[in-house]
Amino acid sequence: MTTPLLSLQGITKRYPGVVANQDVSLTVMPGQAHAVLGENGAGKSTLMKIIYGSVKPDEGQVVFNGQPVNIRNPQEARKLGISMVFQHFSLFDTLTVAENVWLGLDKSLSLAEVTERIVAKASEYGLDLEPNRPVHTLSVGEMQRVEIIRALLTEPKLLILDEPTSVLTPQAVEKLFVVLHKLVSQGVSILYISHKLHEIRALSSACTVLRGGKLTGVCDPREETNASLSRLMIGAEPPALQHLAREPGQVVLSVKGLSLKRQDPFGVDLEGIDLQVRAGEVVGLAGVSGNGQKELMWALSGEDTRAGVQCAADSVCLLGQAVAGLGPVPRRQLGLHFVPEERLGRGAVPSLSLSQNLLLTRSEALGAGGWVRMGALADQARSVIERFKVKAAGPDAPAQSLSGGNLQKFIVGREISAAPKLLIVSQPTWGVDVGAAAQIRAEILALRDAGCAVLVVSEELDELFELSDRMHVIAKGRLSPSVARTEATVERIGEWMSGLWPEAASAASQQQGAQHAAA
Amino acid sequence: MLRLEPRPQASRLWTYASPLLALVLTVLLGVALFMALGKDPVRGLQMFFWEPVKTGYALGELMVKATPLLVIALGLSVCFRSNVWNIGAEGQFVIGAVCAGGVALLADKDTGRWIVLAVLLAGVLGGMLWAGITALLRDRFNASEILVSLMLVYVADMVLSYLVYGPWKDPAGFNFPQSKTFEAVTQIPRLMSGSRVSVGLLLALVGAGLLWVFLFRTRAGFAQQVGGLAPDAARYAGFSSRKALWVALLTSGGAAGLAGALEVAGPIGQLTPYVPAGYGFAAIIVAFVGRLHPAGMVLSAVLMSMFYIGGELAQSRLGLPKSITGVFQGLLLFCLLACDTLVAYRLRWVASKKGSV
Amino acid sequence: MESYALLIAATLNAGTVLALAALGLLINEKAGVVNLGAEGLMLCAAIAGFACVVHTGNDWLGFAAGMGAGAVLAAIFGVLVIWLGTNQYATGLALSLFGVGFSAFVGIGYVQEKLPERANYAIPGLADIPWVGPALFKQHPLVYVAMLLVLALVWFLYRSRTGLVLRAVGESPASAHALGYPVRRIRLAAVVVGGALCGLAGAYISVSYTPLWVEGMVAGKGWIALALTTFATWRPARVLLGAYLFGGVTMLQFHLQGMGVEVPSQMLTALPYIATIVVLALISRNPAWIRVNMPASLGKPFYPGS
Repeated sequence: MTTPLLSLQGITKRYPGVVANQDVSLTVMPGQAHAVLGENGAGKSTLMKIIYGSVKPDEGQVVFNGQPVNIRNPQEARKLGISMVFQHFSLFDTLTVAENVWLGLDKSLSLAEVTERIVAKASEYGLDLEPNRPVHTLSVGEMQRVEIIRALLTEPKLLILDEPTSVLTPQAVEKLFVVLHKLVSQGVSILYISHKLHEIRALSSACTVLRGGKLTGVCDPREETNASLSRLMIGAEPPALQHLAREPGQVVLSVKGLSLKRQDPFGVDLEGIDLQVRAGEVVGLAGVSGNGQKELMWALSGEDTRAGVQCAADSVCLLGQAVAGLGPVPRRQLGLHFVPEERLGRGAVPSLSLSQNLLLTRSEALGAGGWVRMGALADQARSVIERFKVKAAGPDAPAQSLSGGNLQKFIVGREISAAPKLLIVSQPTWGVDVGAAAQIRAEILALRDAGCAVLVVSEELDELFELSDRMHVIAKGRLSPSVARTEATVERIGEWMSGLWPEAASAASQQQGAQHAAA
Repeated sequence: MLRLEPRPQASRLWTYASPLLALVLTVLLGVALFMALGKDPVRGLQMFFWEPVKTGYALGELMVKATPLLVIALGLSVCFRSNVWNIGAEGQFVIGAVCAGGVALLADKDTGRWIVLAVLLAGVLGGMLWAGITALLRDRFNASEILVSLMLVYVADMVLSYLVYGPWKDPAGFNFPQSKTFEAVTQIPRLMSGSRVSVGLLLALVGAGLLWVFLFRTRAGFAQQVGGLAPDAARYAGFSSRKALWVALLTSGGAAGLAGALEVAGPIGQLTPYVPAGYGFAAIIVAFVGRLHPAGMVLSAVLMSMFYIGGELAQSRLGLPKSITGVFQGLLLFCLLACDTLVAYRLRWVASKKGSV
Repeated sequence: MESYALLIAATLNAGTVLALAALGLLINEKAGVVNLGAEGLMLCAAIAGFACVVHTGNDWLGFAAGMGAGAVLAAIFGVLVIWLGTNQYATGLALSLFGVGFSAFVGIGYVQEKLPERANYAIPGLADIPWVGPALFKQHPLVYVAMLLVLALVWFLYRSRTGLVLRAVGESPASAHALGYPVRRIRLAAVVVGGALCGLAGAYISVSYTPLWVEGMVAGKGWIALALTTFATWRPARVLLGAYLFGGVTMLQFHLQGMGVEVPSQMLTALPYIATIVVLALISRNPAWIRVNMPASLGKPFYPGS
C-alpha cells in the first residue's frame, strides 16, 4: 500500500468558548482529490489552516509523506509542498498581480522572473492573467486566478482550496474543475473544502465529513447520494420549503434608470437599473459578488442618497412615492426594512446589547423627545428573541456574544417584526448553520405570503431558486431582465452572471414580467 | 511564558478595575522616580495624595482645579464616544477665555451682575467657534480633525499673545503683557466665603448629570455614540455622521470655552499669556481615565487636580520641577491603556509548547 | 540677492527637521501604524541629544542619543499598540503628553547650558560658487542625509522585496499574515525605525537648528510632520518637497520681519500652523484620492488570531 501524502491524527483545536476541531483525523493519498464537507462553522477552515501552518493545533499529529512534521508557519508548509487558495483572498488590492504572486513565493526570484513564470503557468493551464495589472482592477474570478497561479508556482504536492466556487459563475466553476482534474492527473493531491454536494461528487474520489468540529464520516462521494451526504453533514435533511403560488399585488418598489458612479474607487458603477418588486412576491437578485450588489443596496436602503440629485425623481419609488433623495429613516417610515449582509458593524453594533441594537431601526420604545424607556425596550428585545428562537443570554447580551446564525436571526427578526411593506435582505444565510438558514428562509416566505414585497440578494443560486418568484442577475453594475423562477435554469442564470444576456430580450421580458405579475 | 488570551466577552470587572490598577502602577513608577532623584518617596506621595485633601481650604483648591478639567472632559467624552478626535480643547479653552475676557473688559463701575452671564456665554460661543472651524474643515474638506484641532491650539495661543501684547495691554501695567484686571462685578460668584470654589463647580456637576441622561437615556445620545462604535451601523440606521460630527465638536468646544470663561473670570481675573495651563490636554486624560463616563470623569478630574496641586507643592517644598505633573499625567494614561488590555484579554501562564505538537 | 541665498539655505535647513521626522512617520504609516506621539518623542530626543552633546561635546553622539531615545519610546508605543492592541490615537496622544512633561522635567537642569561653538560646514569648491554656494553647499551634513534618505526610501519601498512586504503589511495585514509574514514584528520594526528618525529630527533641532534647550522647543513640528505624510499622499519625494515648502513658510516669517513688513509677529509665528491647516484641507478634499494612496490598514489594529 502506498504511503499517504498527508495524514492528520487526532487534531484538536480550542478557541475561547468553542472547540473548532475535536479529535479529527484525515488521510489524503498522492494524486487524490479529497473533499472536506461540512456546513458553515463545522471547523473545515480551521483544519485547513492547521495544515497550512497558520494555526497551531492544541493536540494531535500531522504526518506528511510518512514523516511527522511540525508546521510552524505557511513558509514551512510551502517548503514541504503544501499550498493554499483562501476563501477570503489573501491579496493586496493596490499591488500588481506579479507583486502579489511574488509575495507568496519563498524562492529569491526577481520580479521580472516571477512575471515570466506567471505568463508561462497561465498559458499552461489556460488561466488568462495580465501580470502588471493592479489587483483592484480585476474581477473576483480573476482574483481567484491570481491565488491559484500563486499556489501553482510553488509546485505543490498538495493544493488546498477553501470554498473556491462561492465566488464563481457556474461556467467558471466548470473551467476551474478542468484545471483541478488536470492537476490530479499530474499527480497533485487536492484538498477541496465545500458545502456543495454536487461539486464534491463531480470532483473528488474521497470525502471527509465534519459536523460541529467532529468527524462524522469518511466515504467515497461517488457512491453516495445527496441525501446520505447531507445526513452526514447536518444530521438530518432540512425540511423542504413550502413555496405556494400566489398572486402578486401592487408595485411596492420601482426602480427606473438608476445610474450612479462609484463612490469607492474600488467599487462598481451602476448603469440604468430597472427593477420592480410587487407585494406578495419574492424577487431574487443573483450575481457574483462585487458586481454592484453593494452599491445597489446602498441606493435602495437610503444609505446613498445621491440618486435624489443625479437621477430622475422617479428613479427610486416606494409605493408610488419618489424616495431617491431620502435617507434610511424616512424610507423606513414608509415601510422599507433592510437586512444588510454585514451583521457585526452594520446590521448591529458589536459592543452594544441586543436591546440597544433594536434602536438602530425601531422606535416603539421611545417616549416623547426621544426618551428611551428602558423597560419597554428590553421587553421588545425579549419578544424578538422568543419569536425568532434566538439563542442569547438575554436582552442585555452584547451583539458580538452571539453566533453568526443567532445574530442573523435577531437582525432578520428585528426587521420582520416591524411588519415591513418591503423587505430587502442581502445574503440572508451567509455563514449561518443549516437549521438557522432553514428558519430564516421560512420566515421570509411567510412574510411574502402575508403580502410583503421581498427582494433577496444572494450568491447562493440554490437559495434563490428556493425562495424567488422571479429572478434578476446583476453583472458589472447592470441588471438583467427578469425571469420567472419556473423558467430559469442554473445554466441560463450562470451565463447571465457573466453579463451575457440578450439585450433584445430585455423589453420582451419586461412584458413577460408584467404578464407574470398580472397572471 | 505569559500569554494573552482573548476573553469570549469583555470583562466587566476589569472595566472598572483597570483605572485603579493604572493608578497603582503610576504611583509605583512615581515612587521609583522619587527614589532615583534621591527624594523621600513618602514625602513625595504626601504632596500628591495627602496635602491636597488635608484641610478644608486645600479641598477647595482641589475643586477649583478640578472644575475646568471636568467641564472640558465632559465635552471631550462626547467627542471620543463619537470617534471624533478633538485634541485641541486647549485652543478652544483659550479662545473661550479670550472672548469671555473681551466681554469682561467692557464692564465698568456701573455694570450690573448680569455681565457674568454675558461673560460665560461669550466663552461658550468662543469655544464653539474655534471648534467649529475644525468641524467645518472636517465636514467640507475631510481634513483630519486631529491635526486641525491641534494646529489651532498654536494659533489660539498666538491670538491671545497678540491681544495681551497689543491692543488689550493694560496701559497702567508697567508694560507687562497682560490686560487690565477685570471689574469685580464680572467675577464668577463663589459658593462660600473663604474658598475660591465658584458656581462653576455646580455647573460642572449639573453638566455631568445632563450628559448621563443624554448618553444613556435619549435616542439622540444613542445615535451620537453609534457613529463612534460602528460607523457603518450608523449609516445603515440613518444616523447622520455629519450631525454627529458637529454636535461632538460644538459640545466639546462650548464646554472648553465655558471652562476658559470660568477660569479668566474666576481665579485669574485678567488675560495674561499664562491662561493656557494645559487643562485642555489634561482633560483628555481625565476623559479616558474616567472611562468617558460622567461619574468616572468626576473622580478622575479630582485625581488629575491632585496631580496639578501635587506638582506645585513638589516644586515649592521638594525643589522638583513642576513639570513632574505632566510626567505623571502621561504615565497614568500609558498605564491605563496597557491595563485596559485586561478588559479584552486574560493573562495566562502557558508552558512552553516545544515538541507538544 | 545674497539675502535670498540665505533664505534658501535657511529653508533647506528648516525643511530638513520636518523631512527627517516625516520620513520616519511615513515608514510607520506604510506599515499601517499612526504615531501621534511624534511631538513628545521628538522633545525627548531633543533633550537627550542636547544633554549628550553638553556632556560629550560630540554632535554625532548627540544625534545617536536622540535616535536611541526616539527608538526606545517608539518601541514602548509599538508594543502597546501592536501587541496589546491599544488604540493607536490614544496611545500616541499619551506618548505626546508624556514626552512634553518628561522632557521638561529632565531638561530643567539644561535650560541655561550652552553648547560648544557650532561647526561651520562647507563643501570645498562648490561652496565658493557665488550665490549657489551659500544657498546650497554650506549646509549641515544632515541636510544632505535627508535628501539621500529620500532616494534610499524610494528604492526601498518601490524596488526592494522587503519594502514590498512592508507595503503589503500596511495594505492588508490579514493577507500578509495568511501568507506567513510576521505582521506584528514587521510593524514593530517599522515603528522603531520611524521613531529613530523622528528622534534624529528632534536631536537636530536642539543640537544644530536652534542649539539650545527650551521647554517645548519642538513647537508643533512633530504634528506638522504628521500632516506632511498626508500632504505627500505617502510618497517619499513629495514628503521632502512638502518639508521644504513648510521650511520656507517658517523662514518667511523671519524674512518678512527682517524686511520690516508691518504685520504682528504673532501672526507670522502662527503662519506655519495656519499653512498646515490650509494644506490639509486642500489635499484631503478628494476622499477617493486619499483612499487610493493611503495604506488601507492605517490606524486599524490587527489581531492575528481572528
